[in-house]
Amino acid sequence: MIDRDTVLHVATLSRLELHDDEIEPMARELSAVLGHLETIGELDLDGVEPTTGVLEDRSPLRADEPTRSLPREVALDQAPDASDDGFRVPSPQA
Amino acid sequence: MTDPISLSVIDAASALRRGDLSQDELFTAYRDRAAADDTNSFTWLADDLRAGLGDRDRAPGTDRPLAGVPLAVKDLFCVTGVPTASASELLRGYRPPYTATAIDRLQHEGATILGKTNQDEFAMGSSNENSAFGPVLNPWDRTKVPGGSSGGSAAAVAAGLAPAAIGTDTGGSVRQPAALCGVVGLKPTYGTVSRYGMIAFASSLDQAGPITRTVADAAVLFRAMTGPADRNDMTSIGWAGQAAGIEVPSAERLDGVRIGVPTALLGEGVEPGVRAAFDAALRTAEGLGATVVEVELPHARHALAAYYLLAPAEASSNLARFDGVRYGNRADIGDGGLVELYTKTRHDGFGAEVKRRIMLGTYALSSGFYDAYYRRAQQVRTKIVEDFRAVHEQVDLLATPTSPTVAWGLGERTDDPVAMYQADVTTLPQSLAGVPAISIPCGLSEGLPVGLQLSGAAFSEQRILDAAHALEQTLGFDVTAAWMPAPPASRPAPSASASTGKDAA
Repeated sequence: MIDRDTVLHVATLSRLELHDDEIEPMARELSAVLGHLETIGELDLDGVEPTTGVLEDRSPLRADEPTRSLPREVALDQAPDASDDGFRVPSPQA
Repeated sequence: MTDPISLSVIDAASALRRGDLSQDELFTAYRDRAAADDTNSFTWLADDLRAGLGDRDRAPGTDRPLAGVPLAVKDLFCVTGVPTASASELLRGYRPPYTATAIDRLQHEGATILGKTNQDEFAMGSSNENSAFGPVLNPWDRTKVPGGSSGGSAAAVAAGLAPAAIGTDTGGSVRQPAALCGVVGLKPTYGTVSRYGMIAFASSLDQAGPITRTVADAAVLFRAMTGPADRNDMTSIGWAGQAAGIEVPSAERLDGVRIGVPTALLGEGVEPGVRAAFDAALRTAEGLGATVVEVELPHARHALAAYYLLAPAEASSNLARFDGVRYGNRADIGDGGLVELYTKTRHDGFGAEVKRRIMLGTYALSSGFYDAYYRRAQQVRTKIVEDFRAVHEQVDLLATPTSPTVAWGLGERTDDPVAMYQADVTTLPQSLAGVPAISIPCGLSEGLPVGLQLSGAAFSEQRILDAAHALEQTLGFDVTAAWMPAPPASRPAPSASASTGKDAA
């Protein structure tokens, strides 16, 4: 059901590298799982509103007031690579 | 005097307040046991009592309700300066700059963190075998899984390595490991405990909850965890008023309580030994005055399909933040560019199950499949929510086995994701409906614990805790049966070099 091309397409969307020997097992496992989930296709759901989350109407909103955020050095402290004032990454064009 | 390890959270807190026990004495007793753990329940242990108290000026006074009570905390809770990896290679060694609200509240009540506990990576799993720190072993039988994803939290309590633990439950991850390890696990109503600082899996389902030896302890910890969200926290519903009113359960009878048994969840897959223990628990409930009736949850059998589309879809979005830029570990890409940095970091950092769910979720959300999978799953969720509302017009509580089986063998289901997902079939409907549920041990099958799940309408925690307490008193399950033997006495105090415990960072 999920073929090699689909796996590669979804992996690209997921920003996930897959090695050659990982593609077929992924296709097989996703097909098996999706095959098991097809039962939701049996239901007549015409006109049923989707639920994105329960109790949403009770979620509070904070007041829209400026507050202090993390100091820059704290925010950068756990980065794999940082300069004095930002996260350092390779060029998108590289 | 009484062995401090034998005290429940409530009794230990009382003994500490009276001065019958010192906070250091209690902490050291548990730390010595946790350091000798052979179940791989911990990913990090605190050096001393003060190390787990938090970053504010909090002398371990005796005036707070949980003053000096050491707790085991699931690895995915951010704690300032403490290794927090959500059991992922990608985050190994990460030390957050802030503390999760749920844990902060427990510390505010005086609790101290004994250690961080092992789990399935990013809480994705039902066996605690998907961990960068290796699998957790079930204290009842070290060839069996402890359940998951809060497997280390449940195993630590079952082995007597901590008086209580904090876990999270997205589709059963507090209740199912509690059941498989023979302890108590409470998943509160969605939104009653803040998710701020919990490394997110599926945000519309994630819910923190306590894993304890007794129902009364679960009530006390739940009351402490919930509470006013701070100004930056939109993840809890501000249930402070009602939560403060949660009382330590003392009910002994179930007179007038109507318990529904959803027959749809008792079909194939429920082991005979589990069914026998469950039926015996129902008879016990009737003996205490409850009325037990069969009820319908017409869409519950579709919960598994809906969950395994919705949760991976949310995960695929939540886990986009792990890209090797702001935190965590970055793959070596040589002269590669930014996209390669993302894709290789995620390839090297995520485990197999996490990759599978990211792929599944991305597929379900992708163009051309969104309506057939993601939107449909959300519609099924609507029907399940309606089922639960309707059934609670008839009954106060629902009862099911927490897990269709007892703990299975390590490695038995790791090659078969579908078989693994079936483990959650009895806990997923409540998660999708957002309602509270508890698992209490109700007996043994093949020498392993069986869990009884009681759930109720949203915000009915008090009713659930009262009923679970009454049943617990009568069922008389021995939660100390799998305790690890005492480690050698008079161990030297842990040295500073041991401060990172088993953390391999």
